[in-house]
Parts: sequence; structure tokens; C-alpha cells
Amino acid sequence: MARIEAEVGKPQGGLMKWIDDRFPFTKTLEHHVTKYYASKNFNWWYVFGVLAFVVLAIQLLTGIFLTMNYKPSADEAFASVEYIMRDVEWGWLIRYMHSTGASFFFIVVYLHMFRAMLYGSYKKPRELIWIIGMLILLVLMAEAFAGYLLPWGQMSYWGAQVIISLFGAIPVIGDGLVEFIRGDYSISDITLNRFFALHVIVLPLALIGLVFVHIVALHEVGSNNPDGIDIKKHKGPDGVPLDGIAFHPYHTSKDLVAIVVFLMVFSAVVFFAPEMGGYFLEHANFEPANVSATPEHIAPVWYFTPYYSILRAVPDKFWGFVLFAASVLMPMFLPWLDRSRVRSIRYRGWMYKTALSIFVVTFLALLWLGLQPAEGIYVLLARIFSVLYFAFFLLMPYYTARDKTKPVPDRVVYHD
Amino acid sequence: MTEDDLDSNRRHFLAVATAVTGAVGVGAALVPFLSSLKPSARAQALGAPVQVSLAAMQPGEMVRVIWRGRLVFVLRRNETMLATLGAVAGELRDPNSEVVEQQPDYAANETRSVKPEYLVVEGSCTHLGCAPLEDFEPRAVEGWPGGFFCPCHGSKFDFAGRVFKGVPAPTNLRVPPHRFVRDDMILIGQDTGAA
Repeated sequence: MARIEAEVGKPQGGLMKWIDDRFPFTKTLEHHVTKYYASKNFNWWYVFGVLAFVVLAIQLLTGIFLTMNYKPSADEAFASVEYIMRDVEWGWLIRYMHSTGASFFFIVVYLHMFRAMLYGSYKKPRELIWIIGMLILLVLMAEAFAGYLLPWGQMSYWGAQVIISLFGAIPVIGDGLVEFIRGDYSISDITLNRFFALHVIVLPLALIGLVFVHIVALHEVGSNNPDGIDIKKHKGPDGVPLDGIAFHPYHTSKDLVAIVVFLMVFSAVVFFAPEMGGYFLEHANFEPANVSATPEHIAPVWYFTPYYSILRAVPDKFWGFVLFAASVLMPMFLPWLDRSRVRSIRYRGWMYKTALSIFVVTFLALLWLGLQPAEGIYVLLARIFSVLYFAFFLLMPYYTARDKTKPVPDRVVYHD
Repeated sequence: MTEDDLDSNRRHFLAVATAVTGAVGVGAALVPFLSSLKPSARAQALGAPVQVSLAAMQPGEMVRVIWRGRLVFVLRRNETMLATLGAVAGELRDPNSEVVEQQPDYAANETRSVKPEYLVVEGSCTHLGCAPLEDFEPRAVEGWPGGFFCPCHGSKFDFAGRVFKGVPAPTNLRVPPHRFVRDDMILIGQDTGAA
């Protein structure tokens, strides 16, 4: 305040100084961008955070434009989506970008999480970043689920019926809770209307808030790196980590390449395979919701199927729900389940490497099984892989503590 | 005022009292918001009972009715269907309809119905709410006596909507409140008072 008063009548330092005296603009920019130092040995696994940000932007932008023509009512919803596809200029592109964006959001986020598992990014001191990230995943799932009801197709309706009914498995309050979520005795216009509100206001706000907190927490402790070492231990005379380079312009220019490649793949799907053979947009959803007939083959969209397989593998409603919920929440405990002394897979022993490999196969197998009908060999396989899924997490304290680790270098290893 | 004058007990009491009063206020303010999410008066009104005429139904035939936005099956069972009911009892989870919420008292009998011929059940699998399909043809090879099959997760029910063992659905299909207005007319959604 004193500084502002002293300078009254002497305009100098320009607009930036005027703003900086009143709002920490330059300070914030330096802290988060131009003087945020991240390890110089980032590899391509480190692009998915930025890509998730890009997809979020695509979803927000296309979503806003979709709401301008979409009608959240049981009588009009299906027709209004067809209207967007056929009659609105470029409506098909905006809608396909949004529907493809939903699947790409999960692809990018799952790979982003796998990066954290490869290099131990969830380990101390980044536990909270990981937990916030898991909350982002949960909100993202809710967002995707609410969004899937909006076209009011057969799969929208019956998918919602199944998932909302899951809460009915909770003892005592279950039935009342289900009615409360639907706001009606069945999934109806009322349910659609409130899911629209959740999808366009509540959950996106929560998502943006959590992403903000995720980044603030990350920039407080600093990014991990493929060697899993603390680059802040070795600082130059200027206080900058010797192995660190500024986020801008160094990491941003590398990320720009990733963004271009990503947009190429994304565009290819949007233009040439927006339905992705029924995996991104399920065929049954091209029929309007019909209360009196469940589609012959009902499966959620691919990004939910790993957990859905676990649900189906259990021949009991209550325990099916419990294991389903546990499978979604399990990764949240990784920071405490992992007892290894080292972070990065580069310095871990054979046990973790084997366990992680089995986990990747398990996750993909469950994903695939969830898309198959629940019969015969598929049920047996789903049970085996469900056990493996939980074993990866529950046995982790044992095998990570016992695993032989290699010595971690002092500075990042640079491969030419 | 010096440090000594500070009555920290009183200050603590005031702080707690303010916080508690505030919390009660917030709690009270939540009531209208949460209540607005319950089924509205219109949704309740739309849940009125529906009449179903049985006059044209042949034995073995089933009709689908929507009541409260939910699917209800009305099945006129033929002799063969009724004959399976006793035979499958051993393979069922709840053959005697002992789970109270799944049917009104007057349907807690062998056929789970008011009249043995007519089965009235909600077409909503008790697992996760999919609509079961009619799978009425018996298949001796599989040991399938005929009944309902849920395509979502493979739950199976017999001709009285009773659930088989070893499937994900925990209970029998729900029998909605219903009554016969005339011999060839039922009212679904109401079982007392005038039609």
C-alpha cells in the first residue's frame, strides 16, 4: 500500500507493474510456468498430464456449444441430439468431438495414472497429489455417467438403470437412496433433467476445482521424474535445481509436439471412426429409450468395464457392489501399500516389475471381459482376473518390501 | 484490556455457541434443497393405479404394462407352467416367498398370486433393474424348466418370478399391489378401496 501511495502521479514501470502492485500476476506466472523447474529427463510418459488438460478444454468448449441445442427432457432429448447431428451446421462435428473426447479423457487419464505407477509418483511427498488425482477420476466417472444418460437412447436408459440400482445394494437405506437419486419411481424425465444439471454445472465445477488443486499441490512439492529422485537436492548457485529446466519454454515446446500428435489421432477418430465400432458410442444407443425392453446385450462404455467385470464376477448383489466399489477406490491407497525404498521402476526388482506387468494384463483383460456377455468361460475368467486385480494391491506391502532394489543414482541419468 | 482480563472460558463458549448455531442454520437450510430432489407431487400423481383387461388373454400369454414408469408383467399361466412350480422348489433361493418386501401378503403363497392362473410381477430384475426376458420354452438338455431370464447378468426366475440359486439377483421378482376388479380385469397399484 505504501508503495502505491508513494508512486501516485509518477507513472513508470508500465502496465505490468501497475497490475503486479495490485495482483500477483508475474509472481504467479513465474511460480507455475516460467520458473517452475521440472526434471530435464522427462520422457514421453510425461505428456499425459498436459493432454488431460487439453481434453478437458475440448470437453468444456464442445459441451457449452452442445447445451445451446440440446433439450434435457425425456420427450425431446433423443430428437434434439439427432437434430444436432443433422440440422445444426457443424453440429455433428461438435457432438462427435464431445463423445470422442469422453473416451480420450479416460485413455489419457489411465495412461497418466500408469505413469505414476511406473515411476512411483504417488510416493512421499506426493501422496496428496495422487489422492486429489483419484478424486478427479471419481468425478470424471460421475461426469461421464451423467453425460451418457443425456442422449436418452436404449443404452443411456438401461445403463443408468443398472448403475443407479447398484446403490440399492446398500443395506437399509438402499431403496430410499435409489429413489432419491432418480427423484422418481423409475428413471424418468425428472432423472434426466437433474443429470443434465449435474453434467453441465455441478460436476464440471468440481472437476475444474480439483484440477486446480492438483496442480497447486504438484507445484508445491515439484514434479517426479523417470529416475524417481529428488532434483531439489542439487541446486546451482542461483537456487535452480541442476537437473531442472523451466516448464516454459522447455517443457511446453516438447508438450506442443505431443499435443499435435494427440490432435492427429483424435481427429482421425472424430472423422473416420466416431463410433469406434460400438466401443465409443454403443449401437443400442441409436434407438430411443424404451422402458419395456432391455437390449439383449448390455454393457457400459469401455472405460467402466474393468470395474463392471468385477461386479459381474460376484454372484451376490451386496458383495458384488462392495467389491465393485473397492476396485474403484483401491488405487487411492497406493501411497501406503507400496513399501519400496525406491520410486522408479528403473531401480526396482523383479517382483514389482512382474506384479505391475500382471496388473496391466489384468486391467485390460477385465476391460475386455466387461464387454462380453456374462456366461460360460467369461464368468470364470472374470473371477480369476478379479482375484488378480485385488492381489496386486493387497499383496503389495509384502512384495514391495521384500523386492531387491538397485542403488538410485544421485543425479538424473541422461540417455543420449 | 490486558491478557489477564481475558475470560477465555467465556470466549470459548461464545465461539462454540456461534459455530453450533451456524451449523444448525445450515442444516435447516439444507432441508428444502434436499427435499426438492424427492419425487415431486406430479411424479406421485403419475404413479396412479392402472387397469389391465384379461378378457383377451390366452393361457400361456403375457402382457407388459407400465405402472409408475416401471414395467409390470401379467402372465396367464397354462397348466404346464403351473406344473413346473412345485418341481423347481428345491433349486430356488426363496421358494416359499419368505422375503416380506417382495410381495403383499395375499401373494405370499405357492403361486405368488391372487388367482393361481394369473401372475403379476414387476419386470425389473432384483439384481440391477434390467427387464428380464421371457424364456418360456423348457430345455431339457440344460435342465431349464422355463421362466424368466435377465440378459444383463444372467439371473433366472421361474414361472412365479422366484429366483434360482447361484445367480446374482438376491430375491424373487417383486409382486406389485394389485387386485381383481372383475374376473377379467385387474387393477395394478392398488389393493384396497373402490376402483
